[in-house]
Amino acid sequence: MAEIDDNLAQREAIEVDRSKGDFKYEENYAFDAGVGLSAATVDYIAKVKGEEEWIREFRQKSLKIFQDMPMPTHWATADLENIKFEDIRYYLSKGQKPVRTWEEVPDDVKKTFERLGIPESERKFLAGVEAQFDSEAVYSRMKEELEKLGVIFCGPTEGLRDHPEIFRKWFGKVIPIGDNKFAALNSAVFSGGSFIYIPKGVKVAQPLQAYFRINAENFGQFERTLIIADEGSEVTYMEGCTAPKFETATLHSAVVELVALKGAKIQYITVQNWSANVFNLVTKRGVAEEDAEVRWIDCNIGSRLTMKYPGVVLRGKRARGEVLSIALANDGQHQDTGAKMIHAADDTTSNIIAKSISVGEGRSTYRGLVHIPKTLSNCRNNTECDALLINEHSRTDTYPAISVRGRKNSVQHEASVSKVSAEQIFYMMQRGLSEGEAMSLAVNGFVNDLVKEFPMEYSVELKRLIELQMEGSVG
Amino acid sequence: MPDHLVIKNLNASIGDRPILKDFCLTIPKGEVHAIMGPNGTGKSTLAKVLAGHPDYTVHSGSALLDGQELLGQEPDAIARAGLFLAFQYPSEIPGVTIANFIRAAIVARQAKGAPFDAKAYYSELYAKMDALKMDRKFTARFVNEGFSGGEKKRCEILQLMMLKPKYAVLDETDSGLDIDALRIVSEGVNALRGPDTGFVVITHYQRLLEYIVPDRVHIMWDGRIVHSGGKELALELEEKGYDWVKTELASA
Repeated sequence: MAEIDDNLAQREAIEVDRSKGDFKYEENYAFDAGVGLSAATVDYIAKVKGEEEWIREFRQKSLKIFQDMPMPTHWATADLENIKFEDIRYYLSKGQKPVRTWEEVPDDVKKTFERLGIPESERKFLAGVEAQFDSEAVYSRMKEELEKLGVIFCGPTEGLRDHPEIFRKWFGKVIPIGDNKFAALNSAVFSGGSFIYIPKGVKVAQPLQAYFRINAENFGQFERTLIIADEGSEVTYMEGCTAPKFETATLHSAVVELVALKGAKIQYITVQNWSANVFNLVTKRGVAEEDAEVRWIDCNIGSRLTMKYPGVVLRGKRARGEVLSIALANDGQHQDTGAKMIHAADDTTSNIIAKSISVGEGRSTYRGLVHIPKTLSNCRNNTECDALLINEHSRTDTYPAISVRGRKNSVQHEASVSKVSAEQIFYMMQRGLSEGEAMSLAVNGFVNDLVKEFPMEYSVELKRLIELQMEGSVG
Repeated sequence: MPDHLVIKNLNASIGDRPILKDFCLTIPKGEVHAIMGPNGTGKSTLAKVLAGHPDYTVHSGSALLDGQELLGQEPDAIARAGLFLAFQYPSEIPGVTIANFIRAAIVARQAKGAPFDAKAYYSELYAKMDALKMDRKFTARFVNEGFSGGEKKRCEILQLMMLKPKYAVLDETDSGLDIDALRIVSEGVNALRGPDTGFVVITHYQRLLEYIVPDRVHIMWDGRIVHSGGKELALELEEKGYDWVKTELASA
């Protein structure tokens, strides 16, 4: 509670400064791009980061595209119009260099980790964590054995500066600048995130992890992640997202690009728990070459509006793509999520399992795209969408777009909508469970078969998040 | 009154329809009381009203469990106070295993943050499942999903045995059971009989009472108990039929 009060105090300080047109904030950020977005903002970010000219040009080009593209409100919710781009601060940094040991991490950051409730079992992984405190990684330590294997795990600035021969080839290629308005925005102002390279044949046994959070009010977070798994390599990457609650809306708009070269496997796991005023507009896409596999596990809890449709472009023969997603929309929240599978080679397979839970006035939307052109053969897709409604005011919509042509290609689509009935709740309460516990047990049961696919710590964390949501939802 | 479940002048309705009418019954802990009666006489309503089902409206009366008022409390508080209801039609809970469900029910009874002894829990669970002749694989099945009638009732009795309530209300536990299942379920209940538990066994037929021999038998008609007696009353009822209740007892 005390920390939230602190934040409110800071907010007042910010407002006073803004009225004077003075953009020096009380928060002790060493670098601050100020409020609003212009060519100058973008230049400031590029300058602070000491970026090469080609990156600055990439950013400026992206800004132009962002400004020229219309809001996608012809298909998406009109709530997007409520984002006040001119009120957002696009870059803040305390200026820390990434530090290497837990002892060197500043106390307030440690406190933040505690508040995030990172379980003990996960703290032990902290040795391998990249954590993003606002814009920059303040804590970063790569395990020595990973270094020996030749694995690169750094931020975008370091990645593009120190390993351009690896990262430049794919940067902005899986998701081009103009893919959508928010990908363009990210490309203009990105900072932080993870750039990872796994060399040929290296199988990373331990998942790489990152926690992202937003600390300053009205601060957009635009992290950029690029993971390249070279031939025959394997890696699992896990990210968790939490933001403390602020009075005004905050924007999170990330771009995540995955490249699985021949025979490589990438699994990308997200457990996201944004506070209820965050616009979470994220573009995630992977490319799978011959015999490669890209798997997205995506859990969306919280936020005001989430729009996220992880995709896989199946570019090589026998490539496999999978999206397993769970979305929980509580009062006042809209989870607009789904998956895209673009088949671009023979014998490719894709699997989508999407489960959504709508509570109270919450709304969840599934949008799916499966594309198999007629020139291909022996491609398969399986899509399953299940929605669970808790009470009559919640809402769920499904918009599957499936275009499958050609012979010997098959697609399977199943959708279901179910409700938690009053009798089920009574039955569970008769065994001594509170109403909130009964609901969270029903919800956990609904997602159970998907959660089994998750690593242990994440399934435990997800269960805890669902409990918090459900307990808060009963009066 | 300590060690008694005392129901006094209970009036309850569903919608505009009154069902329980000045219902009175006292069950001492350690005894098994059977409630018999024709369909539609309010037996299942009694079970649900005691358990706090939100569909029913209680107008007056009291139900004291060892002196603690149950009426007006939330269903979970009533359960934790020590009243267990074995459902006639138990709900399915997709995705939730029996082992996790019973575990959650036990944890809900513990002090917050108290450690849970998983090893002791599973050894007790397995022992009780053996007693009920339930396959160990049952623990991994989802609660009541795809269960036969007999499996559902066995699962109810398993929960009863694991949660050890002060009072248990068995609502038509015999319905849908073949004779073997009936014997197994009854053995489970009989194993729990003792000074610490009181039972209300609601049944339409005398058959169940051959296996669970009651201390008292009550005949219910039109929302109240109209006649009480020893275990022989069940036989008399079986012999004379419910018409006897209608013509002689109800008018008395």
